[in-house]
Amino acid sequence: MVMDFPYIVEPRRDSGLYNAKLGIWLFLASEVMLFGALFSAYVLLRVGAEPGMWPHGWLNIPIGTANTVVLITSSITTVLAWVSCKLRQYGRFKFFHACTILLALTFVCIKSFEYHDKFTHYEIALANGKFADGHLMEKSKDFDLEKKTGSVTIHGYEVEQRTELMDLHSPEARRRPREEITLPAAEIKKMERYGPWHHTYLAIYFTLTGLHALHVVCGAVVIGFLWGPGTRMWRTEPERFTNRIEVSGLFWHFVDLVWIFLFPVLYLL
Amino acid sequence: MEATLQHPAPKPGHEAHGHEDHHDPGFWRTYIFSTDHKVIGVQYALGSLSFLLFGFFLMLLMRWQISKPGVPVPVIGPLLEKALGSAAPHGALSPDLYNSFGAMHGTIMVFLAIVPLAFAAFSNVVLPLQIGAPDMAFPRVNMASFQAYVVGGVIMLASFFIPGGAAQAGWTSYSPLATAIPTDGQTFWIIGMVFIITSSLLSAVNFIATIIQLRAPGMTWMRLPFFVWAQFVTSFLLLLAFPPLEAAAVMQLMDKVAHTSFFLPTGLAIGGQLANISGGGSPLLWQHLFWFLGHPEVYVLILPAMGIVCEIIANNTRKPIWGYKSLVYSVLAIGFLSFIVWAHHMYLTGMGTKVAVFFQATTMIISIPSVIILTCLFISLWGGSIRFNTPMLFALAFLPMFGIGGLTGLPLGFNISDVHLHDTYYVIAHFHYVVAPGTIFALFAGIYYWLPKLTGRKLNEFWGRVHFWGSLIFMNIVFMPMFAQGMAGMLRRMADGGANYSAAVNAKGGAEVIGGLSSNIMEMHTWILWGACILGLAQIPFIINLFWSLKHGEKVESDNPWQATTLEWQTATPPPHGNFPEAPHVYRGPYEYSVPGHATDFTPQDEPPK
Repeated sequence: MVMDFPYIVEPRRDSGLYNAKLGIWLFLASEVMLFGALFSAYVLLRVGAEPGMWPHGWLNIPIGTANTVVLITSSITTVLAWVSCKLRQYGRFKFFHACTILLALTFVCIKSFEYHDKFTHYEIALANGKFADGHLMEKSKDFDLEKKTGSVTIHGYEVEQRTELMDLHSPEARRRPREEITLPAAEIKKMERYGPWHHTYLAIYFTLTGLHALHVVCGAVVIGFLWGPGTRMWRTEPERFTNRIEVSGLFWHFVDLVWIFLFPVLYLL
Repeated sequence: MEATLQHPAPKPGHEAHGHEDHHDPGFWRTYIFSTDHKVIGVQYALGSLSFLLFGFFLMLLMRWQISKPGVPVPVIGPLLEKALGSAAPHGALSPDLYNSFGAMHGTIMVFLAIVPLAFAAFSNVVLPLQIGAPDMAFPRVNMASFQAYVVGGVIMLASFFIPGGAAQAGWTSYSPLATAIPTDGQTFWIIGMVFIITSSLLSAVNFIATIIQLRAPGMTWMRLPFFVWAQFVTSFLLLLAFPPLEAAAVMQLMDKVAHTSFFLPTGLAIGGQLANISGGGSPLLWQHLFWFLGHPEVYVLILPAMGIVCEIIANNTRKPIWGYKSLVYSVLAIGFLSFIVWAHHMYLTGMGTKVAVFFQATTMIISIPSVIILTCLFISLWGGSIRFNTPMLFALAFLPMFGIGGLTGLPLGFNISDVHLHDTYYVIAHFHYVVAPGTIFALFAGIYYWLPKLTGRKLNEFWGRVHFWGSLIFMNIVFMPMFAQGMAGMLRRMADGGANYSAAVNAKGGAEVIGGLSSNIMEMHTWILWGACILGLAQIPFIINLFWSLKHGEKVESDNPWQATTLEWQTATPPPHGNFPEAPHVYRGPYEYSVPGHATDFTPQDEPPK
């Protein structure tokens, strides 16, 4: 008799786990350390920022809230998909995990909309020492900062000090009217998009959310596989397939949990 | 035997049980894309031994440059110029190339040679056998782990040949220096590291899951061989300490590619020019994240070595290891404490005296379990009828060599004395004593000890001894003078080996110049260079022995040539796919040697009690 590979489906008695479940928990432990390191980087950068230079309110809270709801809902459908497998209700499983995948895609779409918003947002240092800030409307064809030709139109406002751009939650910032401003290149000293290079806050924002989005995409691919071609196993080994749904679900819950931390840290604080 | 090893026809639907290659799988599935832990272990061993040799050659080139700055390297010099162009003018090392070699020597030795050999190779070959498992818990993840290691290694090697050459900022890659060097070497380094880290993480998950899930019936925790315990803790260190470095690597990559300022402070000037960056970053952040990995990594380098030495000492003293439980609790304590000592690498960063005192205290505390382990191993020798074969010689040499390395670490752990010794050759000597005559000796011991299990043939004993004595003597000739050089104030990263400093001394006619190096200190470079060359020659018998023994080595008479107690020796040689014809049952602890009243002087773990 040859040794059969143990604990692929049934749990080992002393650990109470089947192999893959232990594996994913260990993997998630390392993921905690990965995101933990990035969160501590956030803390250190924020604590070390010059007074008044750490931004507040740069992100859109309603959009972030919507995305939070999307992800939490997807966690619920993931659990329901697993329960359906346990109850051997294949149709319900297919439905719930289809929802999970669609919600994951929704999340990524909303996130990329937010990214796009940042990449069309400019902070412009003017020659007169003031700052203009807003979303790009139009660049004239001959616009060239080096040659000082042409002009650029943004939708936003002008402020006296750069610190005024940092706290957009403040009452003054909320009252500030937004209008179309056209600025000739000759008046512009420096013009920079709200990309990761613009501020360490944006650097950690893009890094954390980018890494998180990568996890969302990878999770969606795995769940998509288990929803599509992976279901072959359902016909032969339903319990093992259910375990796979559980393990991928654990990963998915972790990805959601990271967002539950990301949202307040980046959007609200 | 063969008939019993045939796997049963796969039941319908059991096609993906991890080792689906039931029939003759062909060359590619057997040797290249294998999921068998023993094959993967051998793959790791061959890969990491090659990197070990490569890293050694980088070091030889650097030693030449230190000893004879600007003089073309004999023999290899023209090749260097041909391969690397202006980085090696007339076959001599330019300072930039020296920096590259320094950074890559460290990176290759730590991440591509020692860790894969000590952790992945030895664990893969030995660990599932020792716990009586059919394979690793996740055979395909195991294969993926090796593939990630290969990709990482190839990226690191390729970086030597890109314009500007490989990374130059040291294996620690401190920012802002690492970010400011205007070549792509650092970017390659980061991407290579991400693959290597992925590889280690997958291995770590796999080994922990294997140890927890696949222990044979009766193999309780306190019956595990110490080697398994050591690898268990090592796996946890890799699992939890590597991700912060991965995070740091991602951030440094962002600094390099997306021009963020994670590690770049406000007002940073590069080449006299104010850098065009947002600023606001923290160079200290990199150091914290790096050493949060970096210090547990030190224990990743040493714990597997201790595990190997323990097995070999128990086997060759023919008596139980003294203080098995102390060993286990010590290794657990080291594992825990190693996460809270990292900032003792950073006493000179200005992080504050209170922080420094905390880390000084934890550093002193962690030396206690290390000393307990070493003491247990020493006491185990007491009263044993020791068999002095090659594995035992290397294992015995490990003890004092690691002892020197460990004890010379104490002055570096106290922040007062570290102020003087920091970043000098003293540090180089200290950690090389731990890793080179320490860990590497243990790895040699392990190779001489376990290779007969894989090949059925022993390595040649005479050439083994030549290898041992050559390595022992010349290791010490290489590293011992560095303590003196370091205490005299020689800094660790100078491309000319301090020639400029000593020139300052000569011009003023005396040693009053601060930082000046006397001619005695400078002459040591020559001893070290020739010591290193002969050390290289001493490895030739080993390399030949290794390959020669495959065909011509003395055949082992039984499956258990060392008369050992642990499970890996209680199965066929070489172990078949699936390892054990029947699941073994374990009845006793791992080191039941010389049990009174027993017919032989060893009692295998799976021998049923009478």
